[in-house]
Amino acid sequence: MSDQRAQLVLETEPAESAEIRAERLARVWTEPSGFLGWFRAVHHTTIGKRYIVTAFIFFLAAGLLAGAMRLQLAFPEAHIMGPDLYNQIFTMHGSVMMFLFAVPMMFEGLSVYLVPLMVGTRNIAFPRLNAYSYYLYVFGGVTLFAFFFVNSGPDRGWFAYVPLSGPDYAPGKRADIWAQLITFTEVSALAVAVEIVVTAFKLRAPGMSLNRIPIFVWGQVVTAFMVIFAMPGVVIASTMLLLDRTASTQFYNPAVGGDVLLYQHLFWWFGHPEVYIIFLPGTAIVSTIVATFSRRHVFGYLALVLSLIATGFIAFGLWVHHMFATGIPQMSESFFTAASMMIAIPAGTQIFCWIATVATGKIVLKSPMLWVLGFFFVFIIGGMTGIFVASVPVDLQVHDTYFVVAHFHYVLIGGAVFPLFGALAYWFPKITGRMLSETLGVWSFWLFAIGFNITFFPMHILGLRGMPRRVYTYPAGAGWTVLNQIESCGYILLFLGVLLFLLNVWHSLQRGAVAPANPWGAGGLEWATSSPPVPYNFLDLPTVNGREALWDAAPDQPVVVGLHEDTREILTTRLLDAEPEGRDEFPAPSIWPFVAAVVTTILFIGSIFRPVAVSIGAIPLAIALIGWFWPTRRESARRRERDVWQKET
Amino acid sequence: MRLSAKLFHILLPLIIIGCKREQRVFDPGSTGATPAGATVLNEVSAGQPPTQKAPLAYQQSAYTVAEGKRLYEAYNCVGCHAQGGGAIGPALMDSVWIYGSSLEQIHSTIVQGRPNGMPSFAGKIPDYQVWEIAAYVRSMSGLLPSDVAPSRSDHMQASLPESARQKEHPEQENQQPVEGPKQ
Amino acid sequence: MIAFLSDVPGFSGPQTPLEPAGPQALQIEHTLLLIFWITAVVTVIVFAVLTIGVLRRRVGGAGLPPPLPVDPKTERRTTWIVGGAIGVTVVLLFVMMISSFIASHRTAALAASSTMTINVYGHEWWWEIEYPNEAEPYRIVRTANEIHVPAGTVIDIHGTSRDVIHSFWAPNIHGKKDLLPGYWNDLTLEVDKPGTWRGQCAEFCGLQHAHMAFQIVAQSRDDFDKWFSSQLNPAPDPQTPQTIHGREVFLTHPCVMCHTIRGTTASSTVGPDLTHIASRTTIAAGTLVNNTGNLTGWIANAQSIKPGCRMPPNPMPASDLNDLVAYLETLR
Repeated sequence: MSDQRAQLVLETEPAESAEIRAERLARVWTEPSGFLGWFRAVHHTTIGKRYIVTAFIFFLAAGLLAGAMRLQLAFPEAHIMGPDLYNQIFTMHGSVMMFLFAVPMMFEGLSVYLVPLMVGTRNIAFPRLNAYSYYLYVFGGVTLFAFFFVNSGPDRGWFAYVPLSGPDYAPGKRADIWAQLITFTEVSALAVAVEIVVTAFKLRAPGMSLNRIPIFVWGQVVTAFMVIFAMPGVVIASTMLLLDRTASTQFYNPAVGGDVLLYQHLFWWFGHPEVYIIFLPGTAIVSTIVATFSRRHVFGYLALVLSLIATGFIAFGLWVHHMFATGIPQMSESFFTAASMMIAIPAGTQIFCWIATVATGKIVLKSPMLWVLGFFFVFIIGGMTGIFVASVPVDLQVHDTYFVVAHFHYVLIGGAVFPLFGALAYWFPKITGRMLSETLGVWSFWLFAIGFNITFFPMHILGLRGMPRRVYTYPAGAGWTVLNQIESCGYILLFLGVLLFLLNVWHSLQRGAVAPANPWGAGGLEWATSSPPVPYNFLDLPTVNGREALWDAAPDQPVVVGLHEDTREILTTRLLDAEPEGRDEFPAPSIWPFVAAVVTTILFIGSIFRPVAVSIGAIPLAIALIGWFWPTRRESARRRERDVWQKET
Repeated sequence: MRLSAKLFHILLPLIIIGCKREQRVFDPGSTGATPAGATVLNEVSAGQPPTQKAPLAYQQSAYTVAEGKRLYEAYNCVGCHAQGGGAIGPALMDSVWIYGSSLEQIHSTIVQGRPNGMPSFAGKIPDYQVWEIAAYVRSMSGLLPSDVAPSRSDHMQASLPESARQKEHPEQENQQPVEGPKQ
Repeated sequence: MIAFLSDVPGFSGPQTPLEPAGPQALQIEHTLLLIFWITAVVTVIVFAVLTIGVLRRRVGGAGLPPPLPVDPKTERRTTWIVGGAIGVTVVLLFVMMISSFIASHRTAALAASSTMTINVYGHEWWWEIEYPNEAEPYRIVRTANEIHVPAGTVIDIHGTSRDVIHSFWAPNIHGKKDLLPGYWNDLTLEVDKPGTWRGQCAEFCGLQHAHMAFQIVAQSRDDFDKWFSSQLNPAPDPQTPQTIHGREVFLTHPCVMCHTIRGTTASSTVGPDLTHIASRTTIAAGTLVNNTGNLTGWIANAQSIKPGCRMPPNPMPASDLNDLVAYLETLR
């Protein structure tokens, strides 16, 4: 594809030196500085970093809560904490991990940071919405912990079944803050989902046709679509719960015609795709790292992409497998067993493709690859126990026991946390400009991997020995003591592994080796710019020639020229073949997303206490949105100019 | 780090204030659990001043009020007072309080019994549960804040939930001073 | 169908699915073991392939080899191998799925031949058991936390909840079934031979979910009939001064607000029926062995054992407590 076709306007200015252009772009794109400037940031690398750091902090907090649980469970009939505190702790552990860590990190954080770089554009679509989604997420998380610290943390489990979480059996505001946490995090996730879809569909580098999109981007796009279709289910379930609790609706009141199973259906319609929303970005990471560290294109690109899409679809047909014990008809049992087993086919396809890549490549065993190998070993076990729970008769024995706790920790930690640590090790040089210590990395991997297996493998046995889940203690004579103690010891290794990782990060930020643009010799577009990326991402917007942009680049690979560089102008391309289509302008930094997020938070929290807060709070929200969208005169003038040009072309 | 400092300043006051609404005390100790009024020989007279001050924040904890609601039905208060509308016994959700509307006065009423049919539950209900029921009775006329009073019930309910009821300011309270019970 | 050993080493006891005491649990165990063996073998093979692949293809040293060009011959051969692996996966999944369907069908087929119904009501945090009898209501037996069944009889557990969702699970006998408010769920079970097994609530139901267990006591038909008749009797009158005083204590304390003892004036149904409390092997929903010390401690301060449960502490002079317990122990 030639230079001419990349042009959108006839060049009117003479070609300038790279330094002058870099300086001008930097002036336009650099994030605002200072205290107030922190709240006006809209660049995806800034917001992405914030997502990653915040989500990791929540991961650590939920991990500490898990430590408290393991302490209580280390001894039969222990009195370290009573049932009330334990119920709050395990609910917080689950809710924080699922809503404040897993999705915000795997999907929001990584995609916001990486997708625009990988598709070769300067910023994510809808930058101010991106900022808003981050603020909403962090406010929701902080509010949840604030409630927890005043004894008002949710205590009904991370899925809060009714009627246990309903108005009659859950007095106080504990279940209300849980339901509103959902609203915060799901609005945030929906916003990012829309941004990712638009970025990946319309802002790709010319030449990046659909069959050349990096698998990481494919994974995040499929995840984004899953978010869009699944999140409304839980928003409805939790909103109806809130209405039942605060506005006397009867959705879940069986005495007057409501239904407790309605809640379960609505929740799990979301709940099952949720775990794939967490897992698919993990597979996206694995595809990327396996390719780089096997020094070859990943095997079976088409199969991998189709598996991603198939998983995304089938995931919506599985939700009743969480409800096998509720008395559903046998026909439903058979259908959902079949579907739950069927989803192993695309997952297995992905695994075989990756193994094929490894077996036909040249393996460089650096720490990102170690974490990916850990993923294989852990996730495959989790997937196998998934077949146990997919089968109705077996599930009726192991459901709600420690067997299923083992299963989901193997698939979640194996499928998300191991790839995440691999991703953090892999992209740390890009994000921070420093290399992580390889030695500390290897040590933290082994501590974590061994600690994980010691903590969670015995849970399979415990479940098959009859120990139910969500119990704050257990009898001394049940034969469960020794395994529980082994698990509690395993936690210590997990703790040390994560601690070493943190030490590695801290030490490397101070004194790590300076990272070049492409320390791993990888092929993605994010490695075509400096480490960390310049505020405008690329001096010249790139074009691509193959799936691994840098490996498949032609010797005279063209770049995009002709965009205005005195404003935040970017190139839009067509969906299927990524031919240049038009140009658009991204907004400048703005305080309005922060203001709108503050106002929304007040609205959400107020509505728990007084439902009328929704009406009253809508007014400041409307004002904030008006401020947000009010165009400046210069923006309007430039937009008119662009419209004229685009009509003529 | 800026973020952690911000968090600290938000959370510290909240922690200090604590949250009475979510207080849950499962074991009230032997004083609290002794059947109410068990050692007092009853002299039933109307409108007595409080026999004792409520020991805990029974009216500020949503959990105790919810327990009071559960006990109101379990101990068959509904048998005479229905769901607050009254039947054989007077209505409890209106503004008329023959024997006083304060928590302590309701406690006395339950423990001592009253003329015209209110039995004495002395010796039959642990003291802390009487306080819980008394707190719930106050919520029935909307006297408790809406985040503490119970919300809609998971049974058939003919009236608004207690948290949505309008506050019925107590009137016509019998203010006759009468000497306390003899020990 | 290949017959698997029904005793799995390391998994024995009164609350495990791997020591089946009834035909349904046995059927489920077969499917479970089949899935276990297939998945274990596949896992080992995949791990081996991966490990060997990594070890053989690994390049040492600090260097980063340049990216390999795509070799069409290798790609084609690899495609066949991967395709074959996917094919084997599909076949194995089908095998496990069919086994699952067969087990489902067989366990459900028993429902048609049930000859006895037992109603189970889930409460926070105990099990109300009722042997219904529409024709002769005076022959209804109500007890708590302990289900006696005649061995070899097909029984329909007909269950609902009186408050939140609970789950009835006796792993040695069958899988679990949720007890949902607003629904009646049925679970058909059969116990092969006499013995006692432990079940536990398997759906988080609040503060004392951890202490909500029950016993299934399977007896020979004769023993069951004897037990049933004795349960129909009201409580015997106390004979000794101590037990007479014990009954007095019972009737004048908060006990009567929640408990029934048929044969006395106590007839509240908030808590478990105590008419035959001494005939039960455990108290507090399987939390404590039913002996004098435990019973005394439970009555004195249930909150110290099951904090948050519905039973309040009952401070009283020790002599009263001893007399009360002595009386309760006459209620066989």
